[in-house]
Amino acid sequence: MRILSLAGRRLAASIPTLLLILIGVFLLLQFAPGDTVDAMMAQMGGGDAATARQLREFYGLDLSVPAQLGQYLWRLVRLDLGFSAIYGKPVATVIAERLPATILLMTASLSFAFFAGLVLGVVAARGVNRWPDTIISTLGLVFYATPSFWFGLMAIVVFSIYLQWLPAGGLEDITQVQTGIWRTLDIARHLVLPTLTLGLIFLAIYLRIMRASMLEVLNLDFVRTARAKGLDETRVVVRHVLRNALLPMVTLIGLQAGTMLGGSVVVESVFSLPGLGRLAYESVVQRDLNTLLGIVFVSALLVIAVNFLVDLLYARLDPRITPGG
Amino acid sequence: MTDHRLEMKRRTLLLGSAAMAASAMLPQRSFAQGTPRRGGTFVVHYGAEQRMLNPSLQASTGVYIVGGKIQEPLVDLDALGNPVGVLAERWEAAPDGKTITFHLRRGVTWHDGKPFTSADVQFTAMAMWKKILNYGTTLQLFLTAVDTPDAHTAIFRYERPMPLNLLLRALPDLGYVSPKHLYETGDIRQNPVNLAPVGTGPFKFVQYERGQHIIADRNPNYWRPDAPYLDRIVWRVITDRSAAAAQLEAGQLHYSPFSGITISDIARLGRDPRFIVSTKGNEGNARTNTLEFNFRRKELSDVRVRRAIAHAINVPFFIENFLGDFAKLGTGPIPSVSTDFYPADNGPQYAYDKARAARLLDEAGYKPGAGGTRFAVRLLPAPWGEDISLWATFVQQALGEIGIRVEIVRNDGGGFLKQVYADHAFDLATGWHQYRNDPAVSTTVWYRSGQPPGAPWTNQWGWTDPEMDRIIDDAATEVDPVKRKALYARFQQRANSELPIWTPIEQIFVTTITAKARNHSNTPRWGSSTWHDLWLAE
Repeated sequence: MRILSLAGRRLAASIPTLLLILIGVFLLLQFAPGDTVDAMMAQMGGGDAATARQLREFYGLDLSVPAQLGQYLWRLVRLDLGFSAIYGKPVATVIAERLPATILLMTASLSFAFFAGLVLGVVAARGVNRWPDTIISTLGLVFYATPSFWFGLMAIVVFSIYLQWLPAGGLEDITQVQTGIWRTLDIARHLVLPTLTLGLIFLAIYLRIMRASMLEVLNLDFVRTARAKGLDETRVVVRHVLRNALLPMVTLIGLQAGTMLGGSVVVESVFSLPGLGRLAYESVVQRDLNTLLGIVFVSALLVIAVNFLVDLLYARLDPRITPGG
Repeated sequence: MTDHRLEMKRRTLLLGSAAMAASAMLPQRSFAQGTPRRGGTFVVHYGAEQRMLNPSLQASTGVYIVGGKIQEPLVDLDALGNPVGVLAERWEAAPDGKTITFHLRRGVTWHDGKPFTSADVQFTAMAMWKKILNYGTTLQLFLTAVDTPDAHTAIFRYERPMPLNLLLRALPDLGYVSPKHLYETGDIRQNPVNLAPVGTGPFKFVQYERGQHIIADRNPNYWRPDAPYLDRIVWRVITDRSAAAAQLEAGQLHYSPFSGITISDIARLGRDPRFIVSTKGNEGNARTNTLEFNFRRKELSDVRVRRAIAHAINVPFFIENFLGDFAKLGTGPIPSVSTDFYPADNGPQYAYDKARAARLLDEAGYKPGAGGTRFAVRLLPAPWGEDISLWATFVQQALGEIGIRVEIVRNDGGGFLKQVYADHAFDLATGWHQYRNDPAVSTTVWYRSGQPPGAPWTNQWGWTDPEMDRIIDDAATEVDPVKRKALYARFQQRANSELPIWTPIEQIFVTTITAKARNHSNTPRWGSSTWHDLWLAE
């Protein structure tokens, strides 16, 4: 019950922010030249002025900007995200179709980055300033500095074209019908390269944070006490240091969940995945205001939810912090 | 019928003959070449998703590449580019050009089992082509009625003479028929059938997963005997051009139409024996790169300045170094692949001559000022392809050399169209002019005055020329093909001498297709056609 009321309070506190973001995005897109009918004309390869006028009426673009914004917010109050101009379906449906792929990719690459970063960070911290540390830190830097589209394309060249181990793109193999476990395995196979590509960039950050945090905690008094008790080194690291060193990592997850939602446009494009990032990009190019605002709304909700979970996790990792506090 | 340089890269030709020599050594193989193999899935690169898939409502290659396999037009073009009946078997026009009668194919059924009749043609023509279809609305402006004396005859009645040749050359793109029984109630634009099309074509729509793929399966009741050979076509949505090239190489894709991959990947895969890379089969989709002048700028309204700009740019150098074998020097709005209309005399051409450009600018009164600058302009490149972007930079440098400072202003698609064709907020613009087999379909609107502001790809230059308007109007209703051709020759000459827009480069889309495909690229608009005879070798 306490958690529920906490969640409610969190949500209420973020409503003003959410509103500001939505209005901001709405106005920002008004500044971009052209509307969705211009974008549609660009796509069709032309059309006459009468058609354009009909279409503007059809999409409600003949109204003034404040009227359009007012209508949008009023619809939002009734939890109606509106109708997508490019997809010809309700925005909620369009987003629901894209959400699974996005969340799958996001969870997979975040967990990969988190766990690989954790392990490598621990290894680096324990061998600080010796060769494992140097190798790991250098690799981390390389991953961090490499643009993800290049990484993705090179991964395709190596693993799909030369070695032919993994598919070059798409979410699943559609030339054959698969069900049950085989379909799951097929999707997993398709997600290996995108997950690695997206995860490697974040991996570097987790690695650095984990290393720094480990080094800090290793020098604290309670670790010395633990060692003085005669505990072996592995026990000290796992039971005493790790748990305390994890706090900054968990903070980072909360921050990066949002980045990953939007930051995967490149990876989604390179690997032809149907995610939210590409949808958002397309909505901007096509000036599909309803869809874009819908994505912003849903992403904001997701980030709020993730941060809420992170707060709960804090309390679990460090009993001194209470979720209500 | 076409320039050989454009038709096929020499290297591909050589490869083709090498493959033939190889197959001669394996007798079974060469036998298999002639006998179509049934079955198989053909996987197509789909670069830009559209808002609908029904080609009766939206005329664009992005729709034809999918909808053109599911729905069929009344008429298509054969291998030589001549009109050939698809849903219409034959046709005739009254001498006054105001009545055109189509005799429709019998025994054709829609994918849902209902028979195809003249009522479908009547409904599509009046409710879709005339009212909604882009370019169709202009083409069918004077269509007053479609009479249906019986289920297999459709009589088109026009208020003004409609040249039969124009109609027949326009109908392959603007003559797709939709089923009346699925569209007659409700708002046509919002009909769910638009994204799950029902047609008479060789493939039946199965599934559309937005952002991922479209699937269509073999239509067992197709009216052409034995066709189609393929079991299934899958269109995979891939927005990244490099990723599409990678998937072709990985064997996940068979075909990337309409120059869907980058210029460098096209050159690379052209050397790979697993692929055929060629412009063949795209002759019906010729385009010219443009340089559009805004006459509201005093300097650009002077024809000497426009000519000077054309003389200042070394187009052959640009083509050779940036576009390679798939482009050639443009000679006017009517491209050289248009056998029916390409004139013997194109009027004035503008060879690279910097000294002459400088002289023309001096004559016009724009002498170099401080720092050698004569005046400054804003150039808006369209975002349709990398060639436009390269061309814009090239123009900027070339004009800088004769003292015209160019600022490049980049926009996305919607922004470009709004700024150029609605707000007229440009000095120079550059993009593509698409030629659609007859100048009256989408070419003359670039020159005819009186276009409403906001209509993209029309004369928004602030240029009015009564002589040009007269030629265009006369040609649009001229029933005699010979006289029509002569009028369009004058159109081309006047376009080149007045130069409201300059068309320096002519291009045809490049197809990249697996070498296993057979019966491909065998008509001038193959990418848009039905693919009823396409098959995949082992």
